[in-house]
Amino acid sequence: MSGALLEVNGISVSFDGFKAINNLSFNINTGELRAIIGPNGAGKTTFMDIITGKTRPDLGDVIWGDENVSLIRKSESDIARMGIGRKFQKPTVFEDQSVADNLTMALKNKRGPWSVLLYKSNTSDQAKVNQIAADIGLSDHLDIRAGDLSHGQKQWLEIGMLLAQEPRLLLVDEPAAGMTVDERNHTVALLREAAKTRAVVVVEHDMEFIRNLDCKVTVLHEGSVLAEGNLDHVVKDQNVIDVYLGR
Amino acid sequence: MNGPLTKFLLNHPSVLAFLSALALFTVFVTIGSEAFGYGFVSTSFVKTLGKTLCFCLIAIAMDLVWGYCGILSLGHFAFFGLGGYMIGMWLMYERTRLIVVEATQNAQIPMTNQEIQDAIGTQIFGVVGGSEFPAIWIFSHSLWIQLALVVLVPGLLALVFGWLAFRSRVTGVYLSILTQAMTLALALYLFQNDSGLRGNNGLSGLQNLPNLEETPQSVISMWFFWASALALGLGYLIVKLIVESKLGNVIRGIRDDEARVRFLGYNVEIYKLFVFTLTAVIAAIAGALYYPQAGIINPAEIAPIASIYLAVWVAIGGRGRLYGAVIGAAVVSLLSSWFTGGQAPDISLGFYTVKWVDWWLVLLGISFVAVTLYAPKGIGGLFDKFSKGDNQ
Repeated sequence: MSGALLEVNGISVSFDGFKAINNLSFNINTGELRAIIGPNGAGKTTFMDIITGKTRPDLGDVIWGDENVSLIRKSESDIARMGIGRKFQKPTVFEDQSVADNLTMALKNKRGPWSVLLYKSNTSDQAKVNQIAADIGLSDHLDIRAGDLSHGQKQWLEIGMLLAQEPRLLLVDEPAAGMTVDERNHTVALLREAAKTRAVVVVEHDMEFIRNLDCKVTVLHEGSVLAEGNLDHVVKDQNVIDVYLGR
Repeated sequence: MNGPLTKFLLNHPSVLAFLSALALFTVFVTIGSEAFGYGFVSTSFVKTLGKTLCFCLIAIAMDLVWGYCGILSLGHFAFFGLGGYMIGMWLMYERTRLIVVEATQNAQIPMTNQEIQDAIGTQIFGVVGGSEFPAIWIFSHSLWIQLALVVLVPGLLALVFGWLAFRSRVTGVYLSILTQAMTLALALYLFQNDSGLRGNNGLSGLQNLPNLEETPQSVISMWFFWASALALGLGYLIVKLIVESKLGNVIRGIRDDEARVRFLGYNVEIYKLFVFTLTAVIAAIAGALYYPQAGIINPAEIAPIASIYLAVWVAIGGRGRLYGAVIGAAVVSLLSSWFTGGQAPDISLGFYTVKWVDWWLVLLGISFVAVTLYAPKGIGGLFDKFSKGDNQ
């Protein structure tokens, strides 16, 4: 059954008494595109930290995939290998290495030291790298140091690295931050394209960006779900207006 | 047969340049040696050069673990010293045994094996008031087992230490302090008389190879010089192959952004453990070649300061470029032995005389600060433009 790909069941976590996530539950379905919005401190980033294994929740469970595996005790690298990719708010690419090397490192291949040491590039991997580079508009930049790319290009490279991992779920944190209008439109297109073959969760502040994504929206507030639905529906919700949009 | 290797060398001219320079240097020293050439390079200087090559080898290991993987280990001389101790145990046991056997040759009643063992024990452990062989000497009669232990003992120590440290996600300066503690603890343990390795006396007479009493030191020193040069060449090639592979990209990634590598699905701890242990083994091999040339090893060799010097060599030479580590280790250690060996002329200022034996460390400290501030790429950075695209 292709039911929920990711089930978040009643998770709570607090830091020094501050409840960052409070009894949060919701599901992501296979192939779904979802936006998460919420004011600062609503727990958006903590929520991503929990799913990707960076933070352990005090309560609750995160269930993943067809085999219903719990992610709570898994390490970051295990979770990444199980098919959850994450893009950080600040573009984090390996600046000292070329665009091609960055993508090759992300390609879905064996991750053990021996296989990596003995790895030899092959035509199918090169084709994949070229294809991804074309998708993210960096075909002409494969041999350039990633550190020499523009801010927007770094964001795309990071999205490209996520695609290279071939994840089943993509978590994307504020992809449009610091982008020009054109770059934003390209990013929207990239994410919508990606969501055709996998689930994508986008955390974003920018309403216009979310409107363009045209997907179901979850509003977080103080670590819980405040409202859920399409954008037009949630912006009319009185609670949402009070805590977020009204400010 | 050497297709891929030839291609690798052609793609990385810096390796070819380095190996050629090393080969030329070896030939030059051989031609100059007292044993095989015109004798303008003294035997003691051949030993100094051979030891310097061993320092260059451990500096390459340091560059791999620190310059490429970002783990500032300040404990790699512990592995260097352990390698020396392991080979030293065989050298000392075997040579003492030969002396004992020879001395008893003319005895009227042949000695039993037990008596011979006791006599060797008294010879070796008399200085620490014992005659019993400690348990750790159980394999000291076998060259092959001790050679295996050169790799196994430091490798295992690095594996266990690294596993505990990396698993707990100890990073940065905390890890450096922990490695300092490791080498200090090992040195303090070995200083004890009942550690089984002769306390602060250490192991000595290591320059004399068993069964080769007739061979002059001038010849033996050249053998070790060649072996050190070979080990350095091989070590350079192997480490270069590693850093140019995809694994090299992953460990550079770990250096620059560990968390990001984790979210790509790589088990960062395993990679760090791999690099840490591999470099410990390289350091141990360097040590096993070094101490027979030095002739003596004692616990002071693995004092924390030794590993700090190693980091200074690599920093001055330039991190993340292997030839930088080699240059740094060679230049700084040779200068150090020149300045502290009393050969450097003292500078008389009239009211004060600058004695280099005392002032060398100050000079080294100033150079270190100067390099850090004004040439963060080190001496090796000066060569970067010649090896464009060959390195980062």
